[in-house]
Amino acid sequence: MIMSKRDRLSGNEAIATAMRQINPDVFAMFPITPSTEIPQYFAQYVADGKVDTEFICVESEHSSLSACIGAEAAGCRAISATSSAGLAYMSEVLYVAASCRLPIVLAVACRALTGPININHDYSDSMSVRDSGFIQIYAENNQEAYDNYLQAHRIGETPDVRLPVMICEDGFITSHALENIELEDDDAVKAFVGEYKPENYLLKHENPLAVGPYGTSPFYMEARVAQAEAMKNAKRAILDVAADFEKTFGRKYGFFEEYKMEDAERALVIMGSSAGTAKAAVDELRENGEKVGLIKIRVFRPFPGEELAEALKNCKAVAVMDKSEGFSSMGGPLFAETASACVNLENIPKMIDIVYGLGGRDFTVDHTKRVFARLEKIVKTGETGPVYSHFGQRDLREEVQ
Amino acid sequence: MAYNLKKEMSKPERFEAGHRLCAGCGAGITCRAMMRALEPEDKAVICNATSCLEVSSFTYPNTAWMDSYIHIAFENTSAVASGVETAIKAMKKKGKLDDNYKVIAIGGDGGTYDIGFQSLSGALERGHDYTYFCYDNEAYMNTGTQRSSATPRFASATTTPAGAESVGKKQNPKDLTQIVAAHGSPYVAQTTMIGNFKDFHQKAQKAIYTEGATFVNVLCPCPRGWQYPAEMLPEICRLAVDTCVWPMYEIENGEYHLTYMPKKKLPVEEFMKVQGRFRHCFKPGNEWTIEEAQKYVDMKWEELLSKCK
Repeated sequence: MIMSKRDRLSGNEAIATAMRQINPDVFAMFPITPSTEIPQYFAQYVADGKVDTEFICVESEHSSLSACIGAEAAGCRAISATSSAGLAYMSEVLYVAASCRLPIVLAVACRALTGPININHDYSDSMSVRDSGFIQIYAENNQEAYDNYLQAHRIGETPDVRLPVMICEDGFITSHALENIELEDDDAVKAFVGEYKPENYLLKHENPLAVGPYGTSPFYMEARVAQAEAMKNAKRAILDVAADFEKTFGRKYGFFEEYKMEDAERALVIMGSSAGTAKAAVDELRENGEKVGLIKIRVFRPFPGEELAEALKNCKAVAVMDKSEGFSSMGGPLFAETASACVNLENIPKMIDIVYGLGGRDFTVDHTKRVFARLEKIVKTGETGPVYSHFGQRDLREEVQ
Repeated sequence: MAYNLKKEMSKPERFEAGHRLCAGCGAGITCRAMMRALEPEDKAVICNATSCLEVSSFTYPNTAWMDSYIHIAFENTSAVASGVETAIKAMKKKGKLDDNYKVIAIGGDGGTYDIGFQSLSGALERGHDYTYFCYDNEAYMNTGTQRSSATPRFASATTTPAGAESVGKKQNPKDLTQIVAAHGSPYVAQTTMIGNFKDFHQKAQKAIYTEGATFVNVLCPCPRGWQYPAEMLPEICRLAVDTCVWPMYEIENGEYHLTYMPKKKLPVEEFMKVQGRFRHCFKPGNEWTIEEAQKYVDMKWEELLSKCK
């Protein structure tokens, strides 16, 4: 029996602890709120000789990911951490990292994108790069952030996957709040994660490697299709690693968590820390005999569409909770994915999109109940009303009832 | 050991024939000479910025590079090289690497003077053990001769064309070699392709085998952008150094050495008149442009000579 240790850590320290336990070869950093603490904790581990990672402080996020790309291609495990504008600045090279099939692990403390500048949580950063080719895994709390990080390298490094991974936590809400957490033993983590053994790399003694070709029309499409296949394979790898994680450490993970969904007529599809709040609302409504539940998405890329549709097929009304604004004029990214996942269901639930919590706007148990009340009205009247609306504005009159 | 071109040329090529660079382009010649400066027993990782060179030398499924090679994007070559160099350190420390690897970055003036300047400056300041070669063809040639901060004043580029109201680019170029030297790099040099390549070879070798972040700026004419017949390449390089438009010098630990003193300093118009990009300067009424170009070259040359004393 492997003994875990109870501690009280912030999400950032939990992720930094996972990094220390894994002891990667290269960490290239550039600070940005609220992810900055991660490299700061790590710098102290380096200073105290707790890791033998090469830690480089580069001059921008574009360069931190570029340096990770160089190091990972050279044959090393390379990591970084960022948020918001930093992730947006990396955007170009996120795509290149994925297309070069380099399993870099990037911790993201999700924060609003500028316009106006704001340092608090929403998913406008990670959602803006959802099509970059990175695997994206989201956490509800510190424990999940830590556990997801422990699984990330193995998922990304799976031979028929070889894709970079974003481990996302909610900025400040998760990154800075202290919570109880179970930490695993250093040696058990090392044994679980294992050694990085790439097949080909720049510094391989036997033969040189060329990375990043000009892919002309007769070849480009094959490369993209191979990458799309790798993302499909990632679904299997995520479940395989989760199964081994459960066997080793006892905590169970899947593509998403179904909370009180067995007989739920009304449901939310939600992500991250808001799910914790929404669960409290579900509990209260259940006490009144209301058939409500929620699905908390853990894996956004690859998107578990078939499984999600299966989980929603018996619902009468679903509210998709988008914590980023996609400016599509018809809803946020989570709604687009959920709706398209359900498009072939025989009985498609009535579905609305609620864009909420932007730039750290509070989301409470009472708010969740108001969303369920709206779903109740939809079930009763059969009228969906506005499919796409915002929730939580200062003026309550703007809220769709 | 004394330099011997024949002996150097007998080394196995590390930048192979079959690439798609234009006839009369300096980039392929630069790469061959750069790779000859490596000791045969040493391995290398080449980090290449997006450029004519990249699209011409590594078009899937072919590569002209015999060593490990990585291209990621336009502006981040020095950051990628930082990662590769750091990986070498990490693997050596863990006993996973026995070979001796040299990290070489190469980019055009667009990828070095302009869009890649931030990552270059960062890597220089951090002092990664790598050598950056800039093949400076004085404009964005891959996209069709748009002006760069390396484009000389009065050159006609597609974004600074000569016309009824224009005599080409309005500004003098950025002096990148000096800017790199100001970072405190242990070895910085300017060279180009003349004679038996002794100057180029020795500088490339010193740069590669000096520990730390080192830099070689290579003037690299482009027949399409500069508008000269392909066979004129060596002559143009010769005129660039003999007019002192492109002085050949090196800075070792802050100490300046002039490595080539023209026997007779030629007027700058000798360099300009053989290139179509300066054609408008020779039209009646535009004589002042040549005078201004001469003044600038003289000023920069005197400034350099004073540092070399």
